[in-house]
Amino acid sequence: MEKILLQLNVNGQGYELYINPKTLLVEAIRDHIGLTGTKRGCDTVSCGACTVMIDGMSVKSCSVLAAQAEGTRITTIEGLEDNGKLAPIQKAFIDHGAYQCGFCAPGMIMSAQALLNENPDPTEWEIREGIEGNICRCTGYNSIVRAINATAKGKYTEDRS
Amino acid sequence: MNKYTVINPHSEFKVINTHVHNIDGIAKVTGRATYTFDVKLPNMLYGKILRSPHPHAKILKIDYSRAMELPGVMGVVTGKEDTLGIKQGIWRRYQDLCDEQVLPVDKVRYIGEPVAAVAAITEEIAEKALDYIDVEYEVLPAVYEPLDAIKKEAPEIHEGFERNINVTRHIEWGDVEAAFEEADYIREDWFKCGGQAHMCMETRAAVSSYTPDGKLTIYHSNQSPYYMQGLMAGVLGMREGDIRVISTYVGGGFGGKFELDGAIFCSAVLSRKLFRPVKIVFTREEDFIATKRRTPMFYYVRTGVKKDGTFCAREAKVFTNGGAYTGMGATALYLTGFFHSFPYRWKAYRYDGYRVYTNTLPSTSMRGFGAPQAMFCSEQQIEWIAADLGLDPIDMRRKNSHHEGYEVPGQATIASCGIDQCYDEIRKWINSKGKLPANRAIGISACGFMSGGIFNWFDTPYSFSSAVVTINQDGTVELYVGAQEIGQGSNTTLAIICAETLGVKIEDIKVHSGDTDHCPPDLGAWGSRQTLMAGNAVKMAAEDAKKQLLEFAYAQSGYNIVYDLDIKDRWVHAIARPERGYDYGELVKKAIRGKDGQKIVGRGYYTPHRKGMISPAYSYMLQGVEVEVDEETGKIKLVDSMTAHDCGQPINHLGLIGQLEGAFSMAAGYGYLEYMPYEDGKLMNPNLVDYKMIRATEMPPANIAEIDTYEPEGPYGAKEAGEGLTNPTAAAIGNALFHRFGIQMKECPIRPEMILNALKEKKEKEKEKKGKK
Repeated sequence: MEKILLQLNVNGQGYELYINPKTLLVEAIRDHIGLTGTKRGCDTVSCGACTVMIDGMSVKSCSVLAAQAEGTRITTIEGLEDNGKLAPIQKAFIDHGAYQCGFCAPGMIMSAQALLNENPDPTEWEIREGIEGNICRCTGYNSIVRAINATAKGKYTEDRS
Repeated sequence: MNKYTVINPHSEFKVINTHVHNIDGIAKVTGRATYTFDVKLPNMLYGKILRSPHPHAKILKIDYSRAMELPGVMGVVTGKEDTLGIKQGIWRRYQDLCDEQVLPVDKVRYIGEPVAAVAAITEEIAEKALDYIDVEYEVLPAVYEPLDAIKKEAPEIHEGFERNINVTRHIEWGDVEAAFEEADYIREDWFKCGGQAHMCMETRAAVSSYTPDGKLTIYHSNQSPYYMQGLMAGVLGMREGDIRVISTYVGGGFGGKFELDGAIFCSAVLSRKLFRPVKIVFTREEDFIATKRRTPMFYYVRTGVKKDGTFCAREAKVFTNGGAYTGMGATALYLTGFFHSFPYRWKAYRYDGYRVYTNTLPSTSMRGFGAPQAMFCSEQQIEWIAADLGLDPIDMRRKNSHHEGYEVPGQATIASCGIDQCYDEIRKWINSKGKLPANRAIGISACGFMSGGIFNWFDTPYSFSSAVVTINQDGTVELYVGAQEIGQGSNTTLAIICAETLGVKIEDIKVHSGDTDHCPPDLGAWGSRQTLMAGNAVKMAAEDAKKQLLEFAYAQSGYNIVYDLDIKDRWVHAIARPERGYDYGELVKKAIRGKDGQKIVGRGYYTPHRKGMISPAYSYMLQGVEVEVDEETGKIKLVDSMTAHDCGQPINHLGLIGQLEGAFSMAAGYGYLEYMPYEDGKLMNPNLVDYKMIRATEMPPANIAEIDTYEPEGPYGAKEAGEGLTNPTAAAIGNALFHRFGIQMKECPIRPEMILNALKEKKEKEKEKKGKK
């Protein structure tokens, strides 16, 4: 298949890729751009490990072609942090022990951030529904729910001087 | 949301049981943590594995010439041409239990078993090349269930194993027949316990790099780099010291990642042939069909009790579906029989376990290690017995429970046991609920678990755990451990023990783990062994280093010999006069100068001695669940839960809560969601759409009461946490259904159709009764 030239905006940075048009966004991010924070845990769009934000909304990056993301703003886990300062949601995950092996954490955090973008004051049930598409085999989710809830309640502030 | 309470808390510590963040936190929440899945080496190739489509077949011929013609394909390996054909197993002390060639030479025994592996310049080409490998098979008759496989006419899966019996285990104490004679009431039941996928978020993955100097470096997602090093040396005919295994970040283990898998073996064999790094990552489907799983078991249980609820005798016979190979299944077979007696005092007990080969995915250890199956049967039957006798099920359990100082005859001595208070906490929780809505009920279940195994079937000549502590001139500390971090938080727990012992801050400690070149040997993360065993080694190493520091402090203190010195919070002082002291950093500099410039090095190790047959220490717990059932659909919803738990002295506060909540979610999944149906040896749901697990919306609040006891064998009194709690929940869910509907669930996972069938059967029986009247 003939390759295509593609412009992607990931974490505010422009990337020019010359790739197979069938390339999935997750493959473009991990294999071509080299941002390996985003993970992959299944082949059926079921686990959420590859979740990124496209224009602030959570998207499983194995479910869209890289070409479909052209012209959007893609944010990966690497883009949440600002010059060494963690985003509130990242601080909250650390403070609540909301990860164990950590493999689901990047996708989980992106889902959490997207949820808070859309709904800054979610109920506990809305939080649970917001991360339902993300599997965590380690934590049992409750620590994640506590972390998101504490972030929504403003316990962790932006620290961006 | 959740309630966490500590009963009898100790607070003399500076670091232990405080709100310490996981030391890998920054790496894990920022995407910096590099898993094997993320490793990319220069000149690296990608490997794929061709798998058997047959449950049982002879490999007659493998022709890969067509695959080699594909542009980008660099090489293909087969068992016959490229391996030594060595049969390996993790029970390497026992030759007959080493029965698995990861790339078999002449026969496949389950669907998904590796047959050949290919390396190419891209993963896509490697995948495509699999279609161009031609394998000629002679298909053999196959058998899938243990009760079929033990029949005389069943096909032979491994040569020389009569009736396909792989291993047997026998445990017995007391006069079983006499004890049954004493019983007023005897009950017997058959149960069927399902398998369960480990379902680590990171699938099996390895990157192997063999270099012309005859050295092999392997990045691998596993629970024990030391085991991998030893096993790989065995199958490749290499020296252990020439193999380096690196496992820095591991995306979950749960008992499924400490045997050789296709990824590590095939990538190494390919790399040795091609002298280039080769990476193999399993797809999720491969991870389901070609790794290993929790052991499915058929359980026969006969129990005799007195009218007043005193336990007399128990007899259990178990047939497990071993699948095609032994793996850790032999250990699971013993442990299920042992923990089936827990946490009760049986006057007499007899267990006979038979592990049977079948042509299915091999079964092995998984979090709980045979105990979840044992407790599903035991704890439900006990509930039914209490109902039959009209006794309170909590009181009956309590009356027969282990206690401090109890000896499980010939097996174990219980040095610490907080189960009595667990009953109080569970009772309080039940009482706090008041009257439940009509569609809800509460079930409880008790259990106990080990804190590391004392057995040495791996035949290691090393201490079970080792640690090295070195102190830099600025007072920062390097802690080297062979213990493996797989997400359970061991690096943090061990750093806490090190910081507490040395008297420094948690941020002073840097932990080095997951690299056989730089870390001392340790059996790794399994059987809940690291807090106790590696923890003891770390404590000893830190004490050794601290003693060397304090020698210099004593020498210059000028205090009367009756005063002793200590370091706490980086403050060197006489214990009797803590206000007078000086900075620890100053002491370190002096001590290093005093040692003629040598770094301070402390060493520690631990191997259990004279601790019975199983483990040096046991944790205890009770699990309660509040279950809601939809009578129309048979669907279960967990509404609330309560764990009362005794892990000795909690060390890692956040880690403990996380381990308990996580174990609960996995245990609940085993209880009612995670089903592995096979048809003719083929797994019918090898993907995350059809294999259901607990998600955030299914997880109930997890309330926890931690009973703080002191375990004399553990570091600072600590013992197991996080694995044992995988055991009780399936039974607790079953018990809730029993209380709500009077139905008895003898198979797990408990699926909606089973509940509907049981309700239907019950209605029919009631109708029949009414008709007779």
